[in-house]
Amino acid sequence: MTAIPAGTPLPAKELSPGQRALRRLIRRKGAMVGLAMVIFFVVMAVFAPWLSPHDPLATSWSAIRKPPSDLYLLGTDELGRDVLSRVIWGARASLLAGVVSVCISLAIGVPIGMAAGYLGKWVDALISRITDAMLACPFLILAIAFAAFLGPSLTNAMIAIGISATPIFIRLTRAQVLSVKVEDYVEAARAVGNPHLRIAFRHILPNIFAPLLVQATLAIAAAVIAEASLSFLGLGQQPPAPSWGSMLNTAKNYVDHAPWMAIWPGLSIFLLVLSFNLLGDGLRDALDPRHR
Amino acid sequence: MFSYLVQRLGTIIPTLFFVSILIFSLQQLLPGDAALILAGEDRDPNVVAYLRAKFHLDEPLPVRYLYWIGGVLQGDLGDSLRIQQPVLDLILQKLPVTVQLASMAMVIALVIGISAGIVSAVLKDSVWDYAANVVALWGLSTPNFWLGIMLILLFSVSLGWLPASGYVSPFEDLKASLASMIMPAFVLGNAIAAVLMRHTRSAMLQVLNADYVRTARAKGLVERIVVLKHALRNALIPIITLGALEFGTLLSGAVLTEQVFTIPGFGKLIVDAVFNRDYAVVQGVVLVTATTYITLNLLADLAYFLVNPRLRG
Repeated sequence: MTAIPAGTPLPAKELSPGQRALRRLIRRKGAMVGLAMVIFFVVMAVFAPWLSPHDPLATSWSAIRKPPSDLYLLGTDELGRDVLSRVIWGARASLLAGVVSVCISLAIGVPIGMAAGYLGKWVDALISRITDAMLACPFLILAIAFAAFLGPSLTNAMIAIGISATPIFIRLTRAQVLSVKVEDYVEAARAVGNPHLRIAFRHILPNIFAPLLVQATLAIAAAVIAEASLSFLGLGQQPPAPSWGSMLNTAKNYVDHAPWMAIWPGLSIFLLVLSFNLLGDGLRDALDPRHR
Repeated sequence: MFSYLVQRLGTIIPTLFFVSILIFSLQQLLPGDAALILAGEDRDPNVVAYLRAKFHLDEPLPVRYLYWIGGVLQGDLGDSLRIQQPVLDLILQKLPVTVQLASMAMVIALVIGISAGIVSAVLKDSVWDYAANVVALWGLSTPNFWLGIMLILLFSVSLGWLPASGYVSPFEDLKASLASMIMPAFVLGNAIAAVLMRHTRSAMLQVLNADYVRTARAKGLVERIVVLKHALRNALIPIITLGALEFGTLLSGAVLTEQVFTIPGFGKLIVDAVFNRDYAVVQGVVLVTATTYITLNLLADLAYFLVNPRLRG
């Protein structure tokens, strides 16, 4: 029996694909900065009641459009409300809209895309034409049209954004299913007599999870901008509830006298969108072999 | 070429059919009786009866669709309830303003996006590459209505160089028209420049490693000629077609940009229609946008087909 010489490195433990992807993700500084920023905004949204120094809805006629000071760190708005408190509470609307609308897109888009890719034939042809039709309408214009007909509210804005973003997920899922369904392990699952639903959800879905996760992260960034855009147009969060988009809508009328009203909500949208874009880019690099 | 055109048209017709169903269905989202909602706050029984008859609201849904699409195919997109004008006329009045804005935005996006993409690819992994990527990420993450407000703050309020809002037709005063449109066009072009920069960089990186570029270098050509004449010409093919696909982003962005800069274009038309509950205008704008987008996609595909010898072969 040969003794292992001292100092010889032991064979590295075999890592699962998920663990390898996680390692690659952690090595990407941009993705980690993005993740830290996302966590920062989530904490801000969850702990808004404790973090905000003032009531975001409390008006004060003696503090109208006051510049930043010790009492109001980011100044006040046209009704004397604290801008910092409204920015902190506004994170809730943006994050909620971003996550909920992407969940709606995933919930509708993934099953439909799987049906198109897996069943093929006329089902695929029909779904593909409907998807093409939805993709032909620019995302925000479609969301505005949906929000206009559904009525202005944050819930309807989330539904409008979710439905408008659905075709991207249908198309992505369909393409992924088409490439995965011809793999040997799917053929094997079919050969042993698994029902179609089991094959789709047990064998195909886990293998198309990575690109869906990347797209979902980037879609949250787009949804945050879309919610801010709808609120900016008056079709999202309704006053007096704080939302970064509606704060900017008011702020544009006072840009010469009270620029702080516009700077901070806009910067918050930018940073939140940037954080999801950085995280999404990092995830794509870590999970998609073509980008490595 | 002809068979390719027929094949593409074969996919467009069903797409247009589904677009029309989608846009027609929007009206079904109105909660409650559509005639009562369309009649406005007064709900005059005569107006309600008129609207019910005009939109055939007592008929089954497929029949109503046939009436609606029949009108659309004859160029009748309905009438604006507020302005009492045909929707098509309103759109045709506003379209030139948005076309001017979108064209200027596209020129800005092409100049910034393609130049930054070339520099980034040629000087890969340098400070310039890093800077160009940061700028692209900035462009993709900045809400254009916020950028618009910030530019107004800087160039109109602080420096007083440019007008904060309004529109002047180029046929009235070209200089004033450019001054009023340069800020909105930059705001609108910003996000597209970022997308074009990323695509140019990746297309150039691919092309710069191709055999014919290596051959051009081996012949002793100056690097500038190699990059601009041999590499860029080939890398540009997918980028130009991508430009057509960014049309949707331009129109979406125009809605917000026109709102910030008070430009009386296509985008402002849809926003005003939403607030006045002028649903025929909303439907008309979405229909015209989608049809234009599909047509541009077709033209982009044909251009790609024409300029790429491998597809023609």
